[in-house]
Amino acid sequence: MRRNGPFANAFIIAFALFMIAPIAVVVGVAFTPTGHLEFPPSGISLRWFRAILDNPDFIEAAVNSLQIGVLSATLATILAVPAALAITRGHFPGREAMLAFLMSPLMVPTVVLGIAFLRFLTMVGLTGSFMGLVLCHVIIVLPYGLRLVLASLTGLDRSVEKAAIALGASNWTVFRRIVFPSIVPGIVGGWVLAFITSFDEVTVTVFIVNPSTTTLPVRLFNHIAQTTDPLVASVSAIAVLFTVGVMLVVDRLYGLDRLLLEEGKNDS
Amino acid sequence: MSAPSPAKNWLLSAPALALYAAFLLTPLIMTFVLSFHQFDFYKGIDDTYSLTNYMLVLSDSYYYEIFGRTFAIALVTTAICVVIGVPLSYFLSRMRPGPRSVMILVVLGPLLISVVVRTLGWAILLGRRGVINAALMDIGLITRPIKMMYTSGGIVLALVHVMVPFMVLAVWASLQRQDPATETAAESLGAHPFTIFRRIVVPQAMPGVLSGSLIVFSLSASAFATPAILGGRRVKVIPTVVHDEFMNTLNWPLGAAIAMLLMVSILVIMISWNRMVETRFGKAHA
Repeated sequence: MRRNGPFANAFIIAFALFMIAPIAVVVGVAFTPTGHLEFPPSGISLRWFRAILDNPDFIEAAVNSLQIGVLSATLATILAVPAALAITRGHFPGREAMLAFLMSPLMVPTVVLGIAFLRFLTMVGLTGSFMGLVLCHVIIVLPYGLRLVLASLTGLDRSVEKAAIALGASNWTVFRRIVFPSIVPGIVGGWVLAFITSFDEVTVTVFIVNPSTTTLPVRLFNHIAQTTDPLVASVSAIAVLFTVGVMLVVDRLYGLDRLLLEEGKNDS
Repeated sequence: MSAPSPAKNWLLSAPALALYAAFLLTPLIMTFVLSFHQFDFYKGIDDTYSLTNYMLVLSDSYYYEIFGRTFAIALVTTAICVVIGVPLSYFLSRMRPGPRSVMILVVLGPLLISVVVRTLGWAILLGRRGVINAALMDIGLITRPIKMMYTSGGIVLALVHVMVPFMVLAVWASLQRQDPATETAAESLGAHPFTIFRRIVVPQAMPGVLSGSLIVFSLSASAFATPAILGGRRVKVIPTVVHDEFMNTLNWPLGAAIAMLLMVSILVIMISWNRMVETRFGKAHA
């Protein structure tokens, strides 16, 4: 196959700049010594990173986001693994419908999910509660976890399992000793994707938090809606750094290309 | 593991299904019901049922403008994503594995960074004294700053940045199914690279373009954070209007009705798009 010509290469470079520019600008602006958003910064200063320490509400929001992310991703994974086993192994009427139902949160516009959760939590008296927030996030992130577990289960070689059953192993032993170890990468990948989705979520969350349970993206969003000072840039820069760190870990554990190619499939 | 019995299948999925029933199905039904209630500033939400909210939205030109703008933004965003996404996926497929991995990271990595952070970047770039205006004035192309913040154009630009990865993924998937021999054949017969792109690559990318368009369109029409930050109070779209009704005006029933209309419009557009695609391309891809 022919390689790309000069036009194609120029197109690729221009596109890469377009994708990187807004993120690079946020990180660059965070180092400004002045009081407004300027790029390129006129000097290099950690003033606005120190300012985060004087705004404990951002730190509190970040801690909330981490807790909600870890809890909702873990719960979603615990629910997704047995459901994925039923969907890949079972031949039963309603299997397709079950899969479609479990993936359906991806099909509902996020703003509709947001108001639906708000209405529901208000009716049952859980408005703004931490537990309500976590359970709503489980709904949002479960499809992502489920998809990666499903992908790893479908790719599995069944002959080892058949051998184990022939040798008298129980279903539980086969799952514990053979199936589970071979789908661990999918489970870990799904967990990370679920965690990041929860950690970044804003449209649904903006409806269902209260000031004490607010998450980092919502806190940033509310701050930007009122004023844009370099503080939001320095907080964002740390969030970007954190995401890059997670990406590096994922690359070692699961393979970043694989995870990204799964994440983007928003249509199944 | 032996295949679980039918009852066991439902048992394995029961926890997830129960959570969905309580936290997804119930809230959606409640919201649908809510959209038929009335809101009174003093008495709050009453329990009567009527189509008043829907009649109000459907008879007010203000809402027509908002719906029109929302779908226009989504449509233009989708078109630009196709124009960028198809050649990009094609060029990606012809890159060496090493640089290609880097490029996949550049295209898809931003998906893992919060939309709020990415939109903040666009706000810094597009502002009156933002990076783009400053650069254009420095090189003397313009004398006065161009207005890009609080315009539909600015929202489209930032939405393209958020949505184009989904288009690239969809097109990339269909290009990988294509037989590279057809390209080689065209080339050996003396076809110009652009002719190859137009006559061979684009037709084979069509299934990906069509499914990618559906994703990009529906996500753009329901995007909230980007239009809220870049559009401010001046350029409203349906999701930001719904947010206002719920968080500021507190007219939840009206907000619910607008949200239901958004969901139904997206659904209708997606289904008719699918129909159209099936009648036109059905035979080719059956």
